[in-house]
Amino acid sequence: MSPQNKNESLEHAEFRSYCRDWLSHHDAGTPLVKLPQSAIEIMHPEQLNYLRKWQRDAYSAGLIGCDYPVNEGGAGRKGCQAIANQEMARAGKPFLPNVLGLGMAAPTLHFHAQQALKERLLPRLFSCEDVWCQGFSEPGAGSDLANVQTFAEPKGDKWIINGHKVWTSLAHFADWMILLLRTDKSSKYDGLSYFVVPIKSALGKGVSVQPLIKITGETGFNEVFFDNLEISDDYRLDEVGKGWKVAQTTLLHERGAGPMVTPSSGRGNKKASAVGDAYALIDLAKDSMRDGQSAANDPLLRDQIMQMIIRQEGSKQGARRAKVEGLCEHPMRLPLQTKLVMSEIRQDNAAVALDILGAHSTLSINDENAPAGGEWPLAYMNSYGITIAAGASEIQRNILGERVLGMAKSK
Amino acid sequence: MTQAKNFAFGENEKMLRDTARKFLQDNLPTVKLHQLVASDSDPYRDPPCHWDKNLWLQIVELGWSTVIVPEEIGGSGMSLVALCALVEEAGRAALPSPFIATAIASLVLRECHTSPANELLQAIASGKTATLASTPKSASWLASDCDVCLADGTLNGSAYFVQDARKVDTLLVQCKTQSGLALYAVPTNSEGVDIIADGIIDLTRDQAHIHLNRVSVSDTQLLSEQACDVLEAAEPGILTLVSADICGAGEWQLQTTVEYMKVREQFDHPLGYFQALKHPLVNVMIMIDQAKSLTYNAACAVDSEPENAAKFARMAKASASEVAAYASNRSIQSHGGIGFTWECFVHLYSKRQKHNQVLYGDAKYQRAKLADLLMGPVYR
Repeated sequence: MSPQNKNESLEHAEFRSYCRDWLSHHDAGTPLVKLPQSAIEIMHPEQLNYLRKWQRDAYSAGLIGCDYPVNEGGAGRKGCQAIANQEMARAGKPFLPNVLGLGMAAPTLHFHAQQALKERLLPRLFSCEDVWCQGFSEPGAGSDLANVQTFAEPKGDKWIINGHKVWTSLAHFADWMILLLRTDKSSKYDGLSYFVVPIKSALGKGVSVQPLIKITGETGFNEVFFDNLEISDDYRLDEVGKGWKVAQTTLLHERGAGPMVTPSSGRGNKKASAVGDAYALIDLAKDSMRDGQSAANDPLLRDQIMQMIIRQEGSKQGARRAKVEGLCEHPMRLPLQTKLVMSEIRQDNAAVALDILGAHSTLSINDENAPAGGEWPLAYMNSYGITIAAGASEIQRNILGERVLGMAKSK
Repeated sequence: MTQAKNFAFGENEKMLRDTARKFLQDNLPTVKLHQLVASDSDPYRDPPCHWDKNLWLQIVELGWSTVIVPEEIGGSGMSLVALCALVEEAGRAALPSPFIATAIASLVLRECHTSPANELLQAIASGKTATLASTPKSASWLASDCDVCLADGTLNGSAYFVQDARKVDTLLVQCKTQSGLALYAVPTNSEGVDIIADGIIDLTRDQAHIHLNRVSVSDTQLLSEQACDVLEAAEPGILTLVSADICGAGEWQLQTTVEYMKVREQFDHPLGYFQALKHPLVNVMIMIDQAKSLTYNAACAVDSEPENAAKFARMAKASASEVAAYASNRSIQSHGGIGFTWECFVHLYSKRQKHNQVLYGDAKYQRAKLADLLMGPVYR
């Protein structure tokens, strides 16, 4: 069967064919350790090393960063990353580990960094030679992100950084960090600046990383402390005082609403990839019992499952409609919903799964009798990471109400 | 078959839609609509049937009736996606007219593939109007259920929940025959046809039940002898059109309420400042967007992916019915006291939406049918 989609250009069809062919011949191998549900739960170096090799191979084959310019480590293509993503997911390949680099650091560097810095950092980011993390939230700046207090003081052509970042996923492996900080205490928004910081090389020399433990018991995110870290002014993006503007590029991409498509792959193992998908709830119900008969016969569960399938299909068709200008009321209306809608669907899918499982939903991943390996209760707990991170759902509703619908700004 | 990436919504469809939007903005602003349909607030009034026939004649001139009629029989042979875009505008304007009833009749007629059906389609393309009269008194939406029988060349029985019956020229009457179910074209002025207006909540349309007492029909009126198959084949398109109406009306409800959130002030702030009002309206927007995406997906499936049309249309109508309920609820509640009055326009749309919500099956009904498709039936 020809893989060409209707209305796809010849270039895109050829690229799709190429991806499909490469993916069918490439074996990502079997991991020696159990993989977590997503990149931000990577705890062990063995997990990272396996996934890093996969990302490097996919980058070498041209499936990652392909829409970026050639001198930034890309292939100078247009509209091809989305195709590579579809094919990687279709092939059931593992997820990509460097998610904060690919989804946030890369587009921010692309739009705001000096050419030399892009050429130096982006190829290593795409190949996962460098792992990236994001230094945004602080103990006193969560939903109110612009309140960050980590401070950079100028010293000649260098900066001295002091402060405290939290919820920093992957910091324990990261080579680099994108860092939003303050360079002026007299102005909230205009006092912010944006840097990229080589944190691994500074560990013990001005940077320390301490793990935080999530509600699941997993690690993966951290606190990062800066104690008189000295860095070069070459690592600043855009002008001093323009940090909030640069951060908007990061946040837009983090929420799936930016112009650069984030490279993404599948979720590897079958058990984990079913978790989060509404259609998987059908099989879950068929495999579960309720009141002495198949849970798939329960009309209330059937209704709940259909609600989830409809929401999931609606979100999928929304992504399709977002590309048809004539069918959109406002250019940012669908893109700015992406993160909110997807994260709530994911959470509610898991909640319905727990309903279906009934008493079996009490069994966790450390119990051999847990249905689907206990991945559903784990997914339910982990889903809060996404409804809280990157601007909690409540902040997303403020943004939509204000930027798209034009209602007054809330406090 | 796969669908086009852009729902096949191109320049022609956009131009048709934009023209329709401007035409309705210019000719039927909400203040005029209110004057047209809400002149009598007496809850015990005789069922009214207010519509602007002149406006309808102009709509016929604009070609809305021809959109899905095939070119070879005098139509413009466009897609259901194009028709959907027009119906969305009709919903946005809460247009009282035989447009949607006739569009639904056209969807049924184009599944018949007989010369009487093609002749009627041709007549519709040049301005005739029609509505489907197939629902029994029990309000079952199953295509196999009807309360009319054919015997000795005459139709006897009743059809219920007939939309815009007093605005149309022709009824598409489903009836039981000795060999199954048939569909006949019956002019509304035929002898023995008694149209009894229902007293309905919605002011922007009319509905009736129809008694047929020895109504003579001939073979030239026989649209199909496989009425059940025809109605089942047309159902995804019908659900899609009602969903499109809901999306358009929902968008009016959202935008109108949001405007009120900007101008009305309490506690020294515009209402939109308060998240208790702001966040639910964002939820309305998200629900409209979900329903709209599913509606165009369903329309595109009817056009180019028929094997998935039933599934996608059920999703669209389930999603849209939830919009009809929730957007109406928020539009009235967010307007406060003024929203509870007859003079505030929001009730016009809320009433149209509550009608749309249940028409051809509400959200729970659609989800139950969808579950049968995706999970198989319940075994007892």
